[in-house]
Formats: sequence, structure tokens, C-alpha cells
Amino acid sequence: MTQSVVVQVGQCGNQIGCCFWDLALREHAAVNQKGIYDEAISSFFRNVDTRVVGDGGNISKGKICSLKARAVLIDMEEGVVNEILQGPLRDVFDSKQLITDISGSGNNWAVGHKVFGRLYQEQILEKLRKSAEHCDCLQCFFIIHSMGGGTGSGLGTFLLKVLEDEFPEVYRFVTSIYPSGEDDVITSPYNSILAMKELNEHADCVLPIDNQSLFDIISKIDLMVNSGKLGTTIKPKSLVTSSAGALKKQHQKPFDAMNNIVANLLLNLTSSARFEGSLNMDLNEISMNLVPFPQLHYLVSSLTPLYTLADVNIPTRRLDQMFSDAFSKDHQLIRADPKHSLYLACALMVRGNVQVSDLRRNIERLKPSLQFISWNQEGWKTSLCSVPPVGHSHSLLALANNTCVKPTFMELRERFMRLYKKKAHLHHYLQIEGMEESCFMEAVSSLSALIEEYNQLDATRSMPVEDLPRLSVAM
Amino acid sequence: MSIVTVQLGQCGNQIGFEVFDALYSDSHCPQGLCSKRENEVYQASCKERFFSEEENGVPIARAVLVDMEPKVINQTLSKAAQSGRWKYGQHSCFCQKQGSGNNWAYGYSVHGPRHEESIMNLIQKEVEKCDCLSGFFIIMSMAGGTGSGLGAFVTQNLQDHYSNSLKMNQIIWPYGTGEVIVQNYNSILTLSHLYRSSDALLVHENDAVHKICAKLMNIKQISFTDINQVLAHQLGSVFQPTYSMEGSYHYRRNPLGIDWQVRPPLSGLPTLGKVSLNRELHFNTSIANLVILRGKDVHSADLGGFKDPALYTSWLAPVNAFNVWKTQRAFSKYEKSAALVSNSQFLLKPLDTIVGKAWNMFASKAYIHQYTKFGIEEEDFLDSFTLLEQVVASYCNL
Repeated sequence: MTQSVVVQVGQCGNQIGCCFWDLALREHAAVNQKGIYDEAISSFFRNVDTRVVGDGGNISKGKICSLKARAVLIDMEEGVVNEILQGPLRDVFDSKQLITDISGSGNNWAVGHKVFGRLYQEQILEKLRKSAEHCDCLQCFFIIHSMGGGTGSGLGTFLLKVLEDEFPEVYRFVTSIYPSGEDDVITSPYNSILAMKELNEHADCVLPIDNQSLFDIISKIDLMVNSGKLGTTIKPKSLVTSSAGALKKQHQKPFDAMNNIVANLLLNLTSSARFEGSLNMDLNEISMNLVPFPQLHYLVSSLTPLYTLADVNIPTRRLDQMFSDAFSKDHQLIRADPKHSLYLACALMVRGNVQVSDLRRNIERLKPSLQFISWNQEGWKTSLCSVPPVGHSHSLLALANNTCVKPTFMELRERFMRLYKKKAHLHHYLQIEGMEESCFMEAVSSLSALIEEYNQLDATRSMPVEDLPRLSVAM
Repeated sequence: MSIVTVQLGQCGNQIGFEVFDALYSDSHCPQGLCSKRENEVYQASCKERFFSEEENGVPIARAVLVDMEPKVINQTLSKAAQSGRWKYGQHSCFCQKQGSGNNWAYGYSVHGPRHEESIMNLIQKEVEKCDCLSGFFIIMSMAGGTGSGLGAFVTQNLQDHYSNSLKMNQIIWPYGTGEVIVQNYNSILTLSHLYRSSDALLVHENDAVHKICAKLMNIKQISFTDINQVLAHQLGSVFQPTYSMEGSYHYRRNPLGIDWQVRPPLSGLPTLGKVSLNRELHFNTSIANLVILRGKDVHSADLGGFKDPALYTSWLAPVNAFNVWKTQRAFSKYEKSAALVSNSQFLLKPLDTIVGKAWNMFASKAYIHQYTKFGIEEEDFLDSFTLLEQVVASYCNL
């Protein structure tokens, strides 16, 4: 079994990361009743004998002593990280895994990337190497950050190049929070586009998410919970947003519910690699199956169900509803409508008491309403994991490589151009050593090239699907 | 004579477990519908083929388990041990930490050479436990990375080291509507490589077995365990002992005993047709057919329909193309059962479909970078396509 390291960068990255670790602990606690440190837990946690001073404390088997997250926390302000270290999860991290500064990046990608990048490169490398050393077989780095700010966006993407150079064999999966239209950071288009170039070039796989979609999902859940429409009660703790557990007593902070959705996404993504099932799917299979061309590595995700009703028996109808919902635009974690765009590939990762016949039935049922590219008409990757998420009896994560990401990128480019034409706020960036106007131009070209790729694929939609002439062989 | 089974990847290991379980259950089934002595002979014959000497009473499967990540093997070993009836050898498995990522190239070009020695050593040890080796039974899927890529590599190695023993590959053909997106690439690479080193390819399509579960067995929520158990049942009914000669009551020693290699003007390999409890009529042209009858009234069964020359090609007469194996001992509580192994045009359409889809994808160059990363170039793809087009054409011309 392999291990993964989570690198959380910036305010957003660290807040999401915090929710992730909380949920991960709860998930493993629910599965691992005997308290034995097994391979599943070791994918994200180390087992440490806290009595040993220094580095020798790793325990590879036997009872769980003290779990430490395989994480590196980076922020150029201290507020968020300090809160984590004083909060209920403080024992899960150790101070050697942190890199902080005081002044923050001022919502400036250039400060995050160039200034802090240069300043902290050595330290970052050191922490990463340390975390890799603790792993028996490191498979993947999960980077969590936002695109619109300065640290997550700038320093977070600086990291990618470092990871690529230092650990070329290890996958880089990036969870990126894209700024919504009504973002309150004025320079977020600059930061996002500059970051996109790095994602294009150095990430293996990107899961774009935007706050507006997460917010809409929360509203939908609240509506359902409060309207009493359904006639039956919702199982407690089954909300995809819930973080209720022994750890958090105070009222949820506004972003907590949204962050929990992302935490669930990451756990579901890795569930089939950590737990057993009749059709396993490892992390390297995600990249292999969903990335047909190296540049097209943006995956739109959706999680269903958003809550579980208290019914004990799940009628087939409800199971099928779970599959249908996965393709509805209301369940996507980014503003996108995959049903009305072109699929390059699609992965369905199912957890819980679902069998292969349920999968097959639903694929057959939904296929006619979806459009797949001509050379990948049966472009489905499926996995079945026996262990459901906490509080649910079953769940589905759908990952789509679909041209529906194009509008998001185009809007971003538009917002960027509106600012850039007026040279608004540009001086904040250009005054940083190493930043020139060409950086901006290159970033926009990179994005435009990507958009053009999607355009070309979309253009094939109207063409008839024909089989190409086969090789003819002499008999 | 014994068969050594090599189980590769998640699919191979999950199925392998069900196969040994089915073989064991059948051989220890009390309702053999025959004399006690006969039952004992049957049991002994089965044991010699598939299980080795027990320590403290528990038979050990003659198998080597290989996977590039540990979850499935751990599960398989514990399921077998838990049953208390039979188990796998403690040191019969080879495991790594990181899987093949559904990448044929990774399985074949990276895992293969890297672990060649360890895996071949394990197989050698198992072979040495046999008094007399009949051959190898390799269980693998075509769609993934380990079963397919590493499976092809291992089969090639077996061909090099044990060229006199029969190598039969049990291949699982994936569902048509995608379990793995690159399954068509993995399939054509697997088939083309196996064609050069395997003696027989026994094929099961997930779609077909799924239909059996749904329509013939009326299972509502079909799981992979259900599918694998049907598969195991079919394989068991083919490979359990049968009489060595017409009219004799001795069990044949060589389980894989007919000439599986048919040598017509073109080369061909046997493929498995649908197995059912009634005899099915095939209208595809067959190169050769094997019928296995078990249970009551085997000697009086009328097999005339199978000798109809209309079923066969012009260059192989029914008397040579058709074989029957029989035993009065019933299989797995079925009073009467029949199995059909057929080398016919039956798989022509599925093969053609897979080649077509792989070709379309190849034309767009999608996913190719994942393979070239590990040393499988476009040329290798083209070679595979060429070989398989030839196979398709050969079967077409029957």
C-alpha cells in the first residue's frame, strides 16, 4: 500500500486541510475498531511513539499510539495555522511540519511565488523530504490551495515545480479553489491566471472547485433539511457537510460546511486505494484513465448523495437517483454542466453496498443522455469500494474530464483582460523582482492555448461518428 | 499429473480463489451419484491435480498469487484460511506496494523485468512440488495493468523456461461499456503478446457471465463474487477429472489432455463458448469442439448433433474435430451437467469490436503518452493491431 502527503498552502488551503484531517480521523476511527495501525491508516497517518524524542519514534505496526498527519502546512500569515495548532487537532500535527511567516502575501501572486518562494525554498524542500522519508512508498502529493489569493496561489504553485524536480515519480494532485464572479479580492483574476500557467505545466491532475457551487450546494441541503418536505428524517451526521463529531463543539464557522464537502471529495477519491473492494482503483489509475492528453488534466467532480435519509433499506430507485444526481449541474463542485458538453472520460467511484450490476444498469441508463467523444464512446472508469463514508450507506464520486470547464476558464480570462487592459493594480506585481509584463502575457497565452484545445474537441461534436478504415492484412 | 495455477492481479486472484473453492467443494461433495470407491478415485485425482500434500490435514492449493499491490492478495489468503477447508501456501505469494495503474506498459516493461526472478522462483518451487507437471493455468484479466501486462510477461517467461509444458491462459474479457477506459489498448496488447507464447486462451466475457447471472440464475443484485462463482463453476466442470477412454473407468491422468493446438493451414487457438446446463446450438463454424459430460446417463447421451459436418470447417473432419470426455460422477450436486469448450467463430465479433475501438482511439493518439512513458511505442501498438487483424481474418475465412 502506498502513502500520500497533503500540502496545504494559504488560508483557504489550511482551513480545508483542517476539515480534511478531522474527517479522515473520523473515517478511520469508524472502520478501524480495534485500534490497530494498519496499511489503510498509514496512507495518511504516521504512528508515533511520543515518548521518543527526535525522529526515531515511528512505529510501523501494532496498536495505534499517536497518529500524526502526513502533512506540510504552509502559510505566510500565522493566524490560521496558529488556530489549528491550538484547536482540537493540535496533536495530529507537529511543529516540524509547518512553515509560516508573519506578513502575508497581500493577495499578490508575485509575492507568494517569487518573494516567499525564493525565501523559503530550502525550508520547503527540507520539510517535503522529511515527510517523504517517513513514507514506505510515497505515491502522491495532494496540494490544497486557492487560486485567487497570494500565498495559496503563488507559493502553492511555486511548490509544484519543486515537487516535480525533487520527486518526479510522485503524482501531484491539486485541489484548487477558483474565485467566483463576485470575489472580493480585486486582483484574483491576475492571481488565478498566473497560477493556471503553473497548473498547466506542473500538475498531473487538477480538481477545480468554486465557492459559489459549494455555497449553492449548502443552500440546497439547508432547504431540504428545513423544509421537512421529504416526510422522513435525515440521518444525523450524514450530511456531506457535517463535521459534527467529538472534536468540534462550537457552532460551525461559515466556511466549515463548504470545506467539508471538499474534505469528502478527497477522502472519496482515495477510498478505493485505502480500503478493500471488489474493483479497486488506485490513484495512479485516475491519471491513467482520465488524462488522455497531458495538458487536459482538469477534472470536474460531483459528490452524491448530499445526505442520507433515515430509511434502512435503500430501494433501487434511490440508488439510481444517486447516479442521476451525479450528472446534474447542481451537484458539480464547479459551475459547469457536463451533461450538455462533451465528455472525454468519466470515472465513477462508488462506496458502500453497491454491486457491479447496479453500476452497469445505471451506466446503460445514463449513457444515451451524455455525449462522449468519438474515440472514447465507452469512456467509463469504475470502481467499487466496500467501505462507505461515515454516516452513509453508500456514496458516489464522479470525476469528469469534460469540455464544460471551458466557460470557467473563458470567464477568468475575460475578467483578467478587463483589469489588464487598464493596467489596474499591475504595479504591485511589476515591482517584484522577477516579474515583468511578459509573465502576464505568457500566462494568458498558456490559458488561451488550453481553451483552444477544448474548442477543437468541442468542434468534433457536430461531426458524424465514423469508424476509421482498419488495417487490411494480406492473408 | 498436476496443474500449477498462477493468479495475476485483482481479477486473477479473486477468480482463482473461487475456482479452488469450487474444485474443493465439488471433490468433497457427498452426493457424487456414484459408488463410494469411484468417489474416492475422483477425489484423489482432483487432489493430485490441484492440491498438494497437506500439513495437519488442510490441502494446499497448487498456486502462485501475484499482485502489485497488497489488498487483494491479503483478502484472498485470509478468505481461504478462514474457510478451514483448504488454503494457499504461506510463501506462495508475491506482492508489491504500488499497483500497475491500469497501464499495460507498466505491468509488462517495469514490473515484469524488475520482479522476473522472484516470480519465476516462486513458480519453480510450486512446480517442484508436483510429481508430474501437466502444465500451467494462468488466470488474468485483459483490461487492467497487472493481470494484462505482467500476465503477458510471465506467460512469455513460462514459454521460455517450460516450453514442454502446456500453458493455458484464462482471460477475462471486460464489460463492453467500460470498466477501464484504456481497456481496449490493454486488451490488444495482451492478446497479441499471448498469441506468441500461450498454447491456449480460454476466454470468459464479463458481459456474458453477467447475463447468465441475470437471466438464467435470476440474481437481482449481481456482485463480482456472483460472477466469479459462475466462472469457477464453469471452469471446475471442465477441469475436474474424467475417464481416460471410452468405456474405461479410470480417470485420465493428463487433465489438459487433448491436443489443444489445432494445426490447420493457419494457426488457431481454442476459445471457450458459452457453458450452460443445456447443450447450446452453435451456428458459428467451429474448428474443434470438446464436450464434457458428468453425471447420470453419460454413456447413453446422444451427441450426434455435435458431429454434424455443417458445424465444422472443410479441412478438419468431425471425427478429428470433436472430442468427448465423460464421467459418471456428478459435478457439484448437479445430477447431469454438460460443458462445451469450443474453438469457433464465436469470439470473432467481440474481438473485432475491441480491435475497432482500440484502433479509433489509437488514431486520435489519446492516452498514448501514458504507454510511451514506459517503453511501449506506437510501433508496438501497430504490431499488435497487425497480428490481431490477421487473427480476425483467419477466423472470418473459416
